[in-house]
Amino acid sequence: MTLEYLQDYWWVLISVLGGILVFMLFVQGGQSMIFQFRNSSERDYMIACMGSKWELTFTTLVVFGGAFFASFPLFYSTCFGGAYWLWILILFSFVLQAVSYEYRRKAGNIYGTRTYDVFLFVNGLVGCLLLGVAVSMFFFGASFSVGRGDLLDITSPVISRWAPTHGFEAIFNGRNLVLGVAVFFLARMQASLYVMNRAKENADLISRLKRQTFINGAIFVLFFVCFLVLVCTATGYAVTSENGHTVQVDAIPFHYWFSLLANWWILAILLAGVVLVLYGWGRACFDKKYCGGIWFTGIGTFLAVVALFFLAGFGDSAYLPSVTDPLSSLTIRNSSSSEFTLKTMAYVSIVVPFVLAYIAYVWRQMDKTAPETH
Amino acid sequence: MEDLSSLVDWSRLQFALTAIYHWLFVPLTLGLSVIVAIMESIYLKSGNTKWLHATKFWMTLFGINFAIGVATGLILEFEFGTNWSNYSWFVGDIFGAPLAIEGLLAFFLEATFGAVMFFGWNKVSPRFHLVSTWLTAIGASISALWILVANAWMQLPVGMEFDPDQMRNVMTDFWALFSPIALNKFFHAVFSGWALAGVFVIGVSSYFLLKKRNRDFAVMSMKVGAWTGLAGMLLTMWTGDGSAVQVARHQPMKLAAMEGLYHGHNGQGFTIIGIVNPDKEWNDDKPEYNGHIAVPYVLSVLANHDPKSFVPGVTDIVNGVSLDANGDTINTVSYSERISMGLAARQALADYGAARNAKDSVAMAAALKTFRDNYKYFGYAYFTDVKEAIPPIGLTFTTFRIMVYLGGYFLLFYVVTLLLIYRKNLIDRSRWFYWVAMLSVPLMWVCSEAGWCVAEVGRQPWTIQDLLPTKAAISDIPTSSVVVTFWMFAAVFTLLLAAEVSIMVKYIEKKSRTSMLAPESLTH
Repeated sequence: MTLEYLQDYWWVLISVLGGILVFMLFVQGGQSMIFQFRNSSERDYMIACMGSKWELTFTTLVVFGGAFFASFPLFYSTCFGGAYWLWILILFSFVLQAVSYEYRRKAGNIYGTRTYDVFLFVNGLVGCLLLGVAVSMFFFGASFSVGRGDLLDITSPVISRWAPTHGFEAIFNGRNLVLGVAVFFLARMQASLYVMNRAKENADLISRLKRQTFINGAIFVLFFVCFLVLVCTATGYAVTSENGHTVQVDAIPFHYWFSLLANWWILAILLAGVVLVLYGWGRACFDKKYCGGIWFTGIGTFLAVVALFFLAGFGDSAYLPSVTDPLSSLTIRNSSSSEFTLKTMAYVSIVVPFVLAYIAYVWRQMDKTAPETH
Repeated sequence: MEDLSSLVDWSRLQFALTAIYHWLFVPLTLGLSVIVAIMESIYLKSGNTKWLHATKFWMTLFGINFAIGVATGLILEFEFGTNWSNYSWFVGDIFGAPLAIEGLLAFFLEATFGAVMFFGWNKVSPRFHLVSTWLTAIGASISALWILVANAWMQLPVGMEFDPDQMRNVMTDFWALFSPIALNKFFHAVFSGWALAGVFVIGVSSYFLLKKRNRDFAVMSMKVGAWTGLAGMLLTMWTGDGSAVQVARHQPMKLAAMEGLYHGHNGQGFTIIGIVNPDKEWNDDKPEYNGHIAVPYVLSVLANHDPKSFVPGVTDIVNGVSLDANGDTINTVSYSERISMGLAARQALADYGAARNAKDSVAMAAALKTFRDNYKYFGYAYFTDVKEAIPPIGLTFTTFRIMVYLGGYFLLFYVVTLLLIYRKNLIDRSRWFYWVAMLSVPLMWVCSEAGWCVAEVGRQPWTIQDLLPTKAAISDIPTSSVVVTFWMFAAVFTLLLAAEVSIMVKYIEKKSRTSMLAPESLTH
């Protein structure tokens, strides 16, 4: 296994984790809808559906972060320390979520059920929106520079420097927000489909969920198409690397469009994902008896996100372009761990299928019966 | 960058805040998960529903605690990136691996089977449920293993080398991460969790007895809590002894700070009571203590398992002086020499970069050799005064004693608890003990947090021992941002802690009023 092979392998794993994470954001999508339900029993049902799954989303986020740290530590160092406020707000919203399912209906919770429901809503909104913003930076970049030699500067030894707004500039960037909004409505659509799949006997609830699926799905499609257009027409970086160091960066108009054409397999995965999402969404909306749309949109979401990660990282692209210092842009070649670490971690990654298998088995066992309300 | 020291202080404060809050919940998770699993095992083996009641009661308290532990843990992991970005690059190649493995092997196990444990009573078979409960407990311990391996590696960086082209350390030996320090830390932390959970169970059960409610339930819970806690306490002490030896060997400055010792001797005594002189400097003649009582030889025994061995003090270490068993002087590397070596390493690294740019391979090789010869003390280059490399003495000294004395107290506490339970039902007539047990619950947390203060304050100023001080490990962010997020997290964690304690108290009170044998008490 060469270093380049291992770097590619780990980018694939990061992409897979990213795909699973975005799919699992249906939990956040459900949380953002809790105030739209007519009565507290329906709200409790919604929360119960999400309640037994929230930890998986949460854990996927943690593992996504841990895997990024282990495989591409320069990203962890540069982006987390740079876009400080973006990540802090994401994390803050997840802190609110972590206690809310357990505490919301417990006697003595001090702040009342509604407060915890607001916490869940905040996590549902902020978590989805800002994770979308963060992923969007993979294409539209950020203002930062990396100077590894700064480590030797005793008065200012930090190697990565970011724009002074430290993440707010990313949050209030219109192009980033387009993907943020798309992820938010995607998560809401997925949540409607997930609950629909579990509440097959409840015709009244299903009809309202179908309406939610239609509205949220339509907004998602609109914003996602806008995002794809923005990405394909954006100027991207083609990076030339030697021995893990960037030696040349060329700014190329329509870079990602050309990259898609050059890497037909990424385009195929993306199209497969989009078709599956559209099919699942359309059939769930227009087939009154059909409740299984989540299977198609779930797999489609996973594929589309994986394709976007591939597009950002492969084909000599910079997956975190620096708009102020292009040579500092992060690529999977210049930001990865060493060959030894990537190889060691590759052996560990053999357990991933077993982990996925026991999660699927347990999920199946637990979903056989109706969810318990919290 | 703006005022560096202010940013470092606030970043440290934020990390300390998160770690202290996180450690309020983790040890209870580690211990209570085992206690719950033991209770459920007894239930499944005996078929006695009393144990099912007990399992569900303690499992609910476990769940209330677990949620907030998860929340604080998330912040802790990501703070390595947000607040310690230089650190994340400098050693990310090594440090990131255990964190990723922790997530992959432990968190999914906890999350998946924890869901079965909490929500699966009527959905899976009793045997599958029991397996899930044990897997949740095992997942919690595996999680602790990896994070403590990572923590121990920061205190004894092994299995790596510096890559001058990438300007970072890279891993060369994965298994070296499992050093004796790592194994001691892991077992010490996990068993201390058992000890803490044991006190918690006994304290809550004592409330039942004080109120004369659910006597049988309380006593049977006490039995499991006391035996688990006693085992945990004994093993904590054993691994603590191992940790002391490792600290003496690899972090003598930390040991000197733990003792408030400036001038060491052969057969060094241990200060059982003392007040550290806050005005004392490493190079003046002021007294070390404002009064103290020491027991001869004890520190030498603790540090080296040899009553006549030499334990160096702060001044000895800074001056690079040690003594052999005969009292003859042995020269070690003084701190001023270390600073010189660190500066030489830094200069060599700069020379290496310049030679590489000039494509001068001879100069590169020469610079690299100088760098390798001096890299061991690379981090000292960031200091201008040896004083900067000395940890806070007073806090380390005080928290070490709090930990040791409370640890001794809790060993006695467990012995007394078991005596009262098994000697002619003395427990039913020992109202005084109920109060002692309830008041001991917060003390156990003080003991546990004090242990972490010793470990983390005592290793200052290093994030990576001898290689990277805290002031070179930070992110380039405004101090004001860290101040704001510090108060954000302080407020939220405090509010959530208040909710957690309130929910637990309400639940305990409610359940104490319910017959723990009645069917309705089987609901959460």
